[in-house]
Amino acid sequence: MALIDVRNLKKTFPIHGGVLGRKVGEVVAVDDVSFSVEPGETLGLVGESGCGKSTTGRTIMRLYEPTAGEVEFAGKKLFQLKAEELRQVRRDLQMVFQDPFASLNPRQKISTILEEPLIVHGLGDAQERKEQVRELLHVVGMNESHASRYPHQFSGGQRQRIGIARALSTRPKLIIADEPVSALDVSIQSQVLNLMMDLQEQFELTYIFIAHDLSVVKHISDRVGVMYLGRLVELAPRDELYKKPLHPYTEALLSAVPVPDPDAKKERIILSGDVPSPDNPPQGCAFHPRCPHVMDVCRETRPIFDDAGGGHFVACHLHNAKA
Amino acid sequence: MQTDNVQPPVTNLPEAGAVSHSTQQDNPARDFARAFFRHRSAVIGSVLVLIFIILAILAPVITPYDYTEPSADALAAPSAEHWFGTDDLGRDIFTRIVYGSRISLWVGFISIAGSIVVGSLLGLLAGYYGKWQDTLISRLFDIMLAFPSILLAIAIVAMLGPGLNNALIAIAIINIPTFGRLMRSRVLSVKVEDFVLAARAIGMKNSRILWHHILPNCWTPIMVQGTLSFATAVIEVAALGFLGLGAQPPDPEWGTMLSDARDYLQLAPWTMVFPGVAIMITVLGFNLLGDGLRDIFDPRMKQ
Repeated sequence: MALIDVRNLKKTFPIHGGVLGRKVGEVVAVDDVSFSVEPGETLGLVGESGCGKSTTGRTIMRLYEPTAGEVEFAGKKLFQLKAEELRQVRRDLQMVFQDPFASLNPRQKISTILEEPLIVHGLGDAQERKEQVRELLHVVGMNESHASRYPHQFSGGQRQRIGIARALSTRPKLIIADEPVSALDVSIQSQVLNLMMDLQEQFELTYIFIAHDLSVVKHISDRVGVMYLGRLVELAPRDELYKKPLHPYTEALLSAVPVPDPDAKKERIILSGDVPSPDNPPQGCAFHPRCPHVMDVCRETRPIFDDAGGGHFVACHLHNAKA
Repeated sequence: MQTDNVQPPVTNLPEAGAVSHSTQQDNPARDFARAFFRHRSAVIGSVLVLIFIILAILAPVITPYDYTEPSADALAAPSAEHWFGTDDLGRDIFTRIVYGSRISLWVGFISIAGSIVVGSLLGLLAGYYGKWQDTLISRLFDIMLAFPSILLAIAIVAMLGPGLNNALIAIAIINIPTFGRLMRSRVLSVKVEDFVLAARAIGMKNSRILWHHILPNCWTPIMVQGTLSFATAVIEVAALGFLGLGAQPPDPEWGTMLSDARDYLQLAPWTMVFPGVAIMITVLGFNLLGDGLRDIFDPRMKQ
């Protein structure tokens, strides 16, 4: 059974305007996104800036209130929980943030930052919590002398380790990592990625890994979902997706990954135009104004996100017709 | 062949072992002290403020006279015996000014502390919860700010009745919106920070987020504004005293002393000059200190 099952998730943000601040429109940040993640699996979510991948993560966490849809996590329907029940569930559902400089309270010592989740969930007494903090620091490759320092005394990579340690402290089942390495130097990125993979094995974690870097996602994910303009356009096992992308957007995205070989022949698919504004998405398939294979049906009917065989989901009329 | 001693590549965590900075260099308190002593107006301001605090504490030791007891030596000019001269009832003006600093500092401290507590609390609620709480509290502040503050203070004292305590309450009330709005704007910017989202994601209750995460990151501008407001509070006490609404005779309040001295302005100008100068220096001291603190805490001022 899937650990987390997201069904038809939708999140819109109202646009207020005018003198009275009335609602004049809405931005559709996440539109009809469905996927599930098996225990122990890593699902990568990729897409360009503003495609709604972070919003997806935050809405699942209910850091934003969802507009529509349902999330079932470990048998609980997250969107129906009351505040206190939700608080309890968050013990099993943690998050790592993108910006390691903003996600740690500058006025708290590392020991407090790591101890707090244990306090709010009533885990252990003072002595046990102290022991836990020490162990957490060790687990993420830091040492206990760091516990009495403040976040500004650490580098970006070290802070992200602290952020990961904080997410680990309640021994969660699922961690949603929202671009955890995109703010780090490339050399530090791989360290943090490897750490996350080690921890996954050690603590039997499940990840939803959000990123815009295709090579990072390829490194860590078992399955990869591609988002465009708030919608999931393709979702497939990693190797399948990278070798045989079905959606024209995925193809274009993959062709943009630089290959470190000067002799490699590469056909780069250059998309024309810009991403349409999410407050007024195009009719039919959201990608049709930029799609090289656009057909009449694409302009009118929204393609269904469907299995094109072997767990390879795609929302495209080219493939829906064949299947 | 030559490389028989191949070291395994250290892929795992070299940078975590390397300690980032030495603790001594990164001590916030030390940074603050260094910036503070380098800032001229902060130092001058704090010296002036300190002088008045010391005067207030040591008042009975410094002054040889009683501050209420009249003497036959009325309206005497400044001399070795009476440094600042005497007033119309023959009381030593220096003594009264020194005791008056107790009143000004006391009223300033209590009233500003009161408005910080109430104002911050309201600002915190308005900023954090938004919605109708915000509308209600913000409009209340707008209404209060629509009145000239001294007029509002006079109205409040008129309702409560004249007296030092009521003046203190009035000054506390009129300063609430200043702190409330400041707090609200700080909270609005802090509450969308990632570490607050992280706190919620961890499963913290609102109360814990407010006290442990939002409030500690909002204090700096409140402290600066508190220092500046202290200066206005000193003026406001004096103004209310001058109008006969604050401290009542024979209390040696600076504003009341000015008021009493009006009739002798030409005959004995020292009765008016010295309390006026005392007010001016105190206000100047707090303003310089406040400006200095603002500069020091402003990240844009750091090189």
